[in-house]
Amino acid sequence: MPETLEEAVRLLAAYDGRARAVGGGTDYFVDEAHQPAPEVLVDVTRIAGLRRIWEQDGYIVIGCGASHAQIVASPVVQAHGTALVEACGQIGGPQVRNVATLAGNIAHALPAADGSIALLALDGEALVAWAEAGALIQAWRPLTQLFRGPGQSAIDSTRQVLAAVRFRARAAMEGSAFARVMRPQGVALPIMGLAVRVRLGDDGVIADARIALGPVAPTPFRARRTEDFLRSRQPDALTLREATNTLLSETHPRTSPHRATAEYRREVIPVLFEEAIGKALQRAGAKVAA
Amino acid sequence: MTQATMNGLTTRTAQLAFTVNGRPVTVDVRPSAFLADVLREQLGLTGVKIGCNEAECGICTVLVDGMPVNSCIYPALKANGARVETIEGLACDGQLHPLQQAFIEQGAVQCGFCTPGLIMTAKALLDANPHPSDDDIKHALKDTYCRCTGYVSVIAAIKQAAGQNGHLTLPETRPALNVVGKPLPRPDAIAKVTGAAKYTDDYTFPDMLHACTLRAGIPHARIVRIETSKAKALPGVVAVLTHEDVPGAKNHGLVYQDWPVLCYDKVRYVGDAVAIVAAETREIAEQALRLIEVEYEPLPVVDDPVTALSPDAPKVHAQGNLLKHIHVEKGDIEHGFAEADVIVEGEYETATTEHAFLEPECAIGRLTDDGRIEVYVGSQIPYADRKQIAAALGVPESQVRVIGTLIGGGFGGKEDIAGQIHVALLARATGRPVKMLYRRSESLIFHPKRHAVKFKLKVGAKRDGTFTAMRIELWGDTGAYASLGDKVMTRAATHASGPYEVPHVKIDCYAAYTNNVPAGAFRGFGVTQSCFAIESAIDELAHKLNLNPIEIRRKNALRVGSTTNTGALIRESCGLLECIEKVEGALKHDLSQVEGCGGAPWVFRRPDKPDCVYAWGFAAAYKNTGLGGGANDCSTVEVEAFGDGSVEVRTSAAEIGQGLVAVLASIAAEELGLPYTQVHVLLSDTDLTPDGGPTTASRQTYVTGNAARLASIKLRQQLAAVAAEMLDAPAESLTFREGQVRAGDRAISFAEVVQQAHAEGQSTRLSHLYEAPKTQPLGTGGDMHVAFSYAAQAALVEVNERTGEVACLKVISATDVGRAINPLALQGQIDGGIVMCIGNALTEEFIQEKGIPYTNRLARYKMPSIRHTPEIVSFIVEDPAADGPYGAKGVGEISSIPTTPAITNAIYTATGVRVRRLPVDQDWLLQAMKRRHQTHTS
Repeated sequence: MPETLEEAVRLLAAYDGRARAVGGGTDYFVDEAHQPAPEVLVDVTRIAGLRRIWEQDGYIVIGCGASHAQIVASPVVQAHGTALVEACGQIGGPQVRNVATLAGNIAHALPAADGSIALLALDGEALVAWAEAGALIQAWRPLTQLFRGPGQSAIDSTRQVLAAVRFRARAAMEGSAFARVMRPQGVALPIMGLAVRVRLGDDGVIADARIALGPVAPTPFRARRTEDFLRSRQPDALTLREATNTLLSETHPRTSPHRATAEYRREVIPVLFEEAIGKALQRAGAKVAA
Repeated sequence: MTQATMNGLTTRTAQLAFTVNGRPVTVDVRPSAFLADVLREQLGLTGVKIGCNEAECGICTVLVDGMPVNSCIYPALKANGARVETIEGLACDGQLHPLQQAFIEQGAVQCGFCTPGLIMTAKALLDANPHPSDDDIKHALKDTYCRCTGYVSVIAAIKQAAGQNGHLTLPETRPALNVVGKPLPRPDAIAKVTGAAKYTDDYTFPDMLHACTLRAGIPHARIVRIETSKAKALPGVVAVLTHEDVPGAKNHGLVYQDWPVLCYDKVRYVGDAVAIVAAETREIAEQALRLIEVEYEPLPVVDDPVTALSPDAPKVHAQGNLLKHIHVEKGDIEHGFAEADVIVEGEYETATTEHAFLEPECAIGRLTDDGRIEVYVGSQIPYADRKQIAAALGVPESQVRVIGTLIGGGFGGKEDIAGQIHVALLARATGRPVKMLYRRSESLIFHPKRHAVKFKLKVGAKRDGTFTAMRIELWGDTGAYASLGDKVMTRAATHASGPYEVPHVKIDCYAAYTNNVPAGAFRGFGVTQSCFAIESAIDELAHKLNLNPIEIRRKNALRVGSTTNTGALIRESCGLLECIEKVEGALKHDLSQVEGCGGAPWVFRRPDKPDCVYAWGFAAAYKNTGLGGGANDCSTVEVEAFGDGSVEVRTSAAEIGQGLVAVLASIAAEELGLPYTQVHVLLSDTDLTPDGGPTTASRQTYVTGNAARLASIKLRQQLAAVAAEMLDAPAESLTFREGQVRAGDRAISFAEVVQQAHAEGQSTRLSHLYEAPKTQPLGTGGDMHVAFSYAAQAALVEVNERTGEVACLKVISATDVGRAINPLALQGQIDGGIVMCIGNALTEEFIQEKGIPYTNRLARYKMPSIRHTPEIVSFIVEDPAADGPYGAKGVGEISSIPTTPAITNAIYTATGVRVRRLPVDQDWLLQAMKRRHQTHTS
């Protein structure tokens, strides 16, 4: 249980692939079979300075030791990243939220991870840290570059630590929201989660939009065509209807056994999109009824 | 890090220094240890319960620096320097915490296994938010599960502890006697709220070994070779046993002995036991399992009861796949259909479901100094365990003692043998105590489930709704072994035409072996399944005939004078019509409050939820009390009066959370005129307590309750004779009340009478064997059962038309239980039954594919959480059973039967879509609604 980031990455380096960084462990320890099992787990939730949430250089930064509960309760995140608060607040019960970290959630790279989807809509970035010749190296990477496939992260947890995530502070006339549908039977994973962030221009048109959702692809997905479509349009019913069509045309959800059919997912994407963009627009100060 | 030596084995340890319940503690732990293990095993804080090892059930919740965490996956070293609170630290100077007190008073403690987790989660909530709303409570406890209470009483308890109006609004019942009929808290509740209550895994013995079972892992195969030498050679392994080490009976089984103790020729399902290992630690035992080599020759798999009965299906057992064909016939079915004006036909299907009792199976075996075998286990049938253990060991039953520990939920899932025989074998082989605790993942794939049943129904009625004929076929998947499949499917068949008088009935039911996980007893015992099918068909009939769903049931309901489909005449205690009326009255009232509904249609909308439609559905049910069908249904209870004025009631019957301890204490206190608290109940020790029979078939209140009543009366009569001398009054004139024996205005204490009896050399310990009235086997037309309980329920659902999501918001329930012995415990059974049955309708499915369980983790089995708890309006109907104690009959199952069809019928009212397969799948429902919409608009 290292107390500095430097110590953490050096430990990983020293074990040369036989150690693994772990956050709250609420996913990791649940899975009984880890093959090969790491010799040592490096718990990164006790690193001094990374157990908190702070503002820096126009960004909101969430340390890798910060739990979902901390994020939900954080006035800073509430003010700047409503979608993230809504996503983190829906994960598990209080026992899990008190322990599970957002950084761990992202490093796990599940395509339907609520936190990842919300952070993606917020243009999130992750601080990746590792040791090179005994020295601590750190680099901010866009979240979009971190996901390789379901459960496959670009971060090598046996050598790297996802030290923090950050997103830009909320601009004027900007709002975000998150919505999801769960399945009451079978797997404890969402059928679909979707996050939206919109910024309005002075003229009331949509100046910028981010839409992230999953699972519609092997990794959390950014609906870039729909984002482009929304830009410079009035946030009215017609725009939203057409945006929904664009969104459906650029997403290709699959059928996952015991979880949802592709047809069902296509039915709920518009429902979630309407809910999330409606709330986001409202939060951005749009006058149209959601 | 330091090295420590334990049992001759070296392990790495690290130091953990923290505060536990206000006390500083330093302890050396394995770096990989989780907090729950350290608290339980190293600090003896066994009030911390482990239910799943996967952060799913929440019952292991402890507070770390005031925050609730799942201690089962919380690395212990993470708590270094922290302040940890467990249930043991809650009571202060012998004074219970307000939450503990409230949980007892509100009846929020049943089996008690989840109680510490619920209370600790609730404590964290109240510490942060002293005045929580219902929504706050549901939000905070959403991942802390309870399988008994249905959470209604839990919510009430938390509100009470928060100083809010904890509503103890129990339904009206008949005036109480001195004790019977009073809503008294359970005598066993105090130990359960303080963490002192001991379940099997809470016991340890010096020098104890830990055992694990090698499961087949494949659904059907011939065993070619089992090689254990590598496992035996692993340091720390003390014994590895296979079928060759079973000295006695190679098979066990409650009805049919078809289940191998350890597989010898074939494996028939994934959870079959092939070898067992005892080792110094659990980790070593698990490691040893991986070293056992088993060579299999895979065999074709059959995973469906209909296919299983085709002539060319792979045979699970040599004699074929048909376990039992059950035939029920009354009247002339052809004649009945000829009389019908309308006929409804349909097929229905129910899913395999899992008990999900929160305590995984655990057993401990040990040898006593005189060479006998003792087995500690939380079992629903201790004497059957003793018989089966003795048979497998090849020893007389006198050499085996089964000591029943507290049971963390059963619901029928702890009737069959789990680890009982295995620990006995290992204790004999090693000479040391052996504990075998199943992981949740093992429990899930091992123990018998609720039968998945396929139905084909044809129901005929006249235009006015009078039923004329029912033809019903059932195929039940009993899995790899019989378990109680024969009995369960018999009950499913005999209850398949519902609680109605039907002149012409023909039912054929087939219980078939497959390579799925065995199916056996589960609350409702087959009737949960058949109630869904028949109540759906009747609903369809009502809609087709344009009749009110309540009206059609009332018209056909069983009443005194009716003859059941097995030919039994209902002579008494049939409160179904009253149940229907109670629910109808409350429903009418409810509907009259809905604007724009006018009380007539059962469907409405709310302006604030434009995507949702709301509707009511209705269903009725009945369920036998007692074994019936000609079985010898008896129970023995021993009572002993002590010189201090207390009494102990002894029997081997299981307290699985249903409240048997409270019921027996009430009955003995009533008959002996003692304060309730003066009666102690000792259960389930085959050396110390006589056989109370199986805890199944809603029979304990009736059968063991009667035995307790009659034993207490016998004791009272004996003591009356003594007191008569002391008071110089005729024995018949004496009254026993509040610990006093009175003759007119003269009184002596009960204790004095007992002391006098002892002085006279009398024993004040006696027993009574109660035999329930004789029943008749199916096919003879006589009384198949001693009594039936009845229920009617209406359910309000919300269906989201855009997502297909369904929620059950309210249930109006009326239950005929004969007599409420303890209205508080009774309501717990009703609330818990309803919520479990909501799970059966909406969330629960044990998924298997070609014999491989997909549901191998609790995260893949969703049982209702506190967020599923609806508003429950409950009515108790007390139409007494002449032979029941004070008129009582069974209640354990009836409440958990009609909720499912009430919900699915409500979904039909709301959407026009008939649910034919359980559980309701929102994915399917949404698409079915869409298809229906397209057909109706095209």
